[in-house]
Amino acid sequence: MSGFTMPSATLLAQSVASGVFVGALYGLLGLGLSLSWGLLRLINLAHFAFAFLAAYLCYQMATMGMDPLLTLAVIVPLFFAIGAALHAAMMSFRITPFNSLLVTFGLTGIVEALIQSIWTADFRKLESSYGEHNYKVAGLYLPLPELITLGLAAGLSFAVWAVLRYTDLGKALRASAEDAPIAAAFGINQRRNALLLAGTCSALASVAGVCLALGFTLAPSQIYAWIGVVFAAVMLGGLGRALAPLIAGVLIGVSEAVTMAVTAPSWAPLVSFTLLIAILLLRPGRAT
Amino acid sequence: MRIPVSTAGVAAMPPAATAGLARPGPWRTPVAIVAAALALAFVPALGLPAFYDSLLYLILHWIVLATSWNILSGYTGYFSFGHGAFFGAGIYTSATLMARWDWPFLWTLPVAAAVACVLGVVVGAIVFRVKGIRGEVFALLTLAVTFVLGTIIVNTPIDGGNGVSLAGAAIPRLGPTPSSTFYLLALATAAVTLLVAWGISVSKLGAGLFAIHDDEDAAEVMGVPTYRYKLIALAISCALAGVAGGIHALFLNYVTVGEVFTITVPLTVVLMSVLGGTRHWAGPAVGAVAITLLLYSFTAADFAVAGKALVGVILIAAILFMPDGILPRLQRLWVRRPATPQPAAAAAAPASAAPAMAAAPAPIGGEVLLKARGLAKSFRGVRALGGVDVEVRRGEILGLLGPNGSGKSTFINVVSGHYLPTGGSVMFESRELAGIAAHRIARAGISRTYQIPRPFGHQTVLDNVALAAMFGGGLPNPAVARREAMTWLSFAGLQDKAHALPDALNLHQRKFLELARALASRPRLVLLDEVLCGLTPSEIDDAVALVRRIRDQGSTVVFVEHVMRAVMALTDRVVVFDQGLLLAEGPAAEVMQRPEVMTAYLGQPQRASSATSRPLPSARPEGGHA
Repeated sequence: MSGFTMPSATLLAQSVASGVFVGALYGLLGLGLSLSWGLLRLINLAHFAFAFLAAYLCYQMATMGMDPLLTLAVIVPLFFAIGAALHAAMMSFRITPFNSLLVTFGLTGIVEALIQSIWTADFRKLESSYGEHNYKVAGLYLPLPELITLGLAAGLSFAVWAVLRYTDLGKALRASAEDAPIAAAFGINQRRNALLLAGTCSALASVAGVCLALGFTLAPSQIYAWIGVVFAAVMLGGLGRALAPLIAGVLIGVSEAVTMAVTAPSWAPLVSFTLLIAILLLRPGRAT
Repeated sequence: MRIPVSTAGVAAMPPAATAGLARPGPWRTPVAIVAAALALAFVPALGLPAFYDSLLYLILHWIVLATSWNILSGYTGYFSFGHGAFFGAGIYTSATLMARWDWPFLWTLPVAAAVACVLGVVVGAIVFRVKGIRGEVFALLTLAVTFVLGTIIVNTPIDGGNGVSLAGAAIPRLGPTPSSTFYLLALATAAVTLLVAWGISVSKLGAGLFAIHDDEDAAEVMGVPTYRYKLIALAISCALAGVAGGIHALFLNYVTVGEVFTITVPLTVVLMSVLGGTRHWAGPAVGAVAITLLLYSFTAADFAVAGKALVGVILIAAILFMPDGILPRLQRLWVRRPATPQPAAAAAAPASAAPAMAAAPAPIGGEVLLKARGLAKSFRGVRALGGVDVEVRRGEILGLLGPNGSGKSTFINVVSGHYLPTGGSVMFESRELAGIAAHRIARAGISRTYQIPRPFGHQTVLDNVALAAMFGGGLPNPAVARREAMTWLSFAGLQDKAHALPDALNLHQRKFLELARALASRPRLVLLDEVLCGLTPSEIDDAVALVRRIRDQGSTVVFVEHVMRAVMALTDRVVVFDQGLLLAEGPAAEVMQRPEVMTAYLGQPQRASSATSRPLPSARPEGGHA
């Protein structure tokens, strides 16, 4: 066991900064997951597979010369369609939340196999011009890809929050989640709304995927590495909420990063999962 | 003293729905398991290449893991994603004992089982105490336990981050070759695991676990000690997973946290069990054989990636098209024959034949049976019951009246233990009931019905009633309980529906099933919560006659009802609640004429004269936990 070492102030500040960055990605991945779980009653494990598929597509297009951020123009509509199609299939089988977990796990396996057969199990790293830009502010090292991730995560979370809170569509979605038959009796077209939302969730996953490609090394098996911590962020924030996953994600990211700085990197998972256990034990009602 | 009552034709015909016990010879299944295991023990003597031993080992290994997982998760519906943690605890216990302290391999296995079992009991003792941790929340929580445990192990000297090598550990010579030794060990463990899983599924424990799966609250109120049963199931499940882990440690020869504490183990066992069928003891084994062979054939042919995709496809197809699993589907194909003879009783025993109680009907107006003093219940500051004093005398039918939201159902829920009271006491036969678990209250001799019937959906009508007889009534095993249950089905006129599933009943029959369930534990006090609500007038007449027969056979009845015709006809006394307080008490005809009672029902009269003629509310469904 590595002993505690009190890091310097700069190192600590740098840890907090990198915690915020990785936490933003937790939040962005968690956003779509939280929405589909809370509002559609669909626990979509394939969310992570979609994010990685998008990351690999981004990697592929970027290596063919396209600007990584421009690939969003292709990737986002594509994944919107995939998400909507998946949900249409789910709806026709009237699947329970728990079974949706199993079905989407099966789907995750299929996507993982697809990725592995196209891009192999080797690690891939997107080399782009973004990766070369680093900013140094007050002694802190701020890489551009991470800043982009933070900006996208914050912007999208606020946009989703505003839509849910202020638009008729958002109110209809929340009403349907609360009591579907009653909402239908009030003339809400649930099928259309649900497809729209499911598509949006997948599109959000694909944006997170592009951020993944910008900042991280990709491998098919890495799909599973994100599941636990992102679920922790979603549960900590509460289901069906827009800003909460981002806040919870940043909180977890920072506490992980500080733990790594103070002890050893291998202790990091303890923070998020202990937090998850504590939340589930103390407020189990919130998740159902 | 309980004598199996012999209204005719209760000659037991266990239903086909419950596995194992359905056939005439209840010992055929375990004998078959043991015989198969003995036959398979001769496989190493055939001298097959080591490759086959290893494949067979893996199949048996997964049979143990999937079947042990199923004992808690399949039977109760608490899907654990923490099986990797318990399996991993077994692996690291064995590995550490062998590598660090040079223990002989076989001696490490009981310790591995014990460590995994203790870990499971600790986790369960915490998790099962919190209401609301079910379904996906339980799955996530147990998954998180896996990763926490893995993180701790990788960061402590147990693993140290490099894994544990068992290159120096000796493999005992049980078979002709090392690989056959692993095979024989796994075979023995698998046989034991299957015997345990079968034994539980046909026992009282199994009946309780299956009831928890369908409706945990109702099971507890019927007398199932749900907390203890879940803990027992988890402990057994973990111990078996620990043994599998201990064996697997030496099989792997080199163990790392990264490969042990993953999401793969729990997901694979879930997949196997769901594919095979989680409500049958043999379901997970069927799934384990299928999936292991499938994966192995793909890995062997260098199509590992395609195999992974195929497993995904199979999982999706299984959930969507065979949500009950392969085994139940096959059973349904095979068991097309008229599964059970019609109970001969149906014709012989008139529905009205009240089972003779050992005790003679108690005299009406006798001593106080139940005495509630200052009983109170609040929900987060909302006062549902504000401290009521109610006495129920042995042998009477007490009507419990009041407008919607007056606290009648809350009273029943508190007395039956469904809710914990926030204040006051309940004395029942000089025993304090306030604050004790619902299953103990059921065992003490109180049963209840639910306003909206809550039958166990996957169990036959007969088994629904047998459960109450077994747990509330304290009968030792399902066979005896089914005989007892049959008499109560006849009593309620449901004997022809004994082998139907509750879904096949109409509302009237479901209400009568609730009554039969409430009576099968032979309670001294029955709490009936709006049994008449939603019935047609002629059905109400039947039900009124039935309630009267319930009292006549010796039970005291508390009767919450809005149908005044029935209240007037049945009750010896009524108490009226209003806004959680006791408003009036006395004979029904007199109490209903009191001005304060009429005010409570009909509001403040402007000109009171018009209200006196019919102060009776019609039958209205009462919403929520009024």
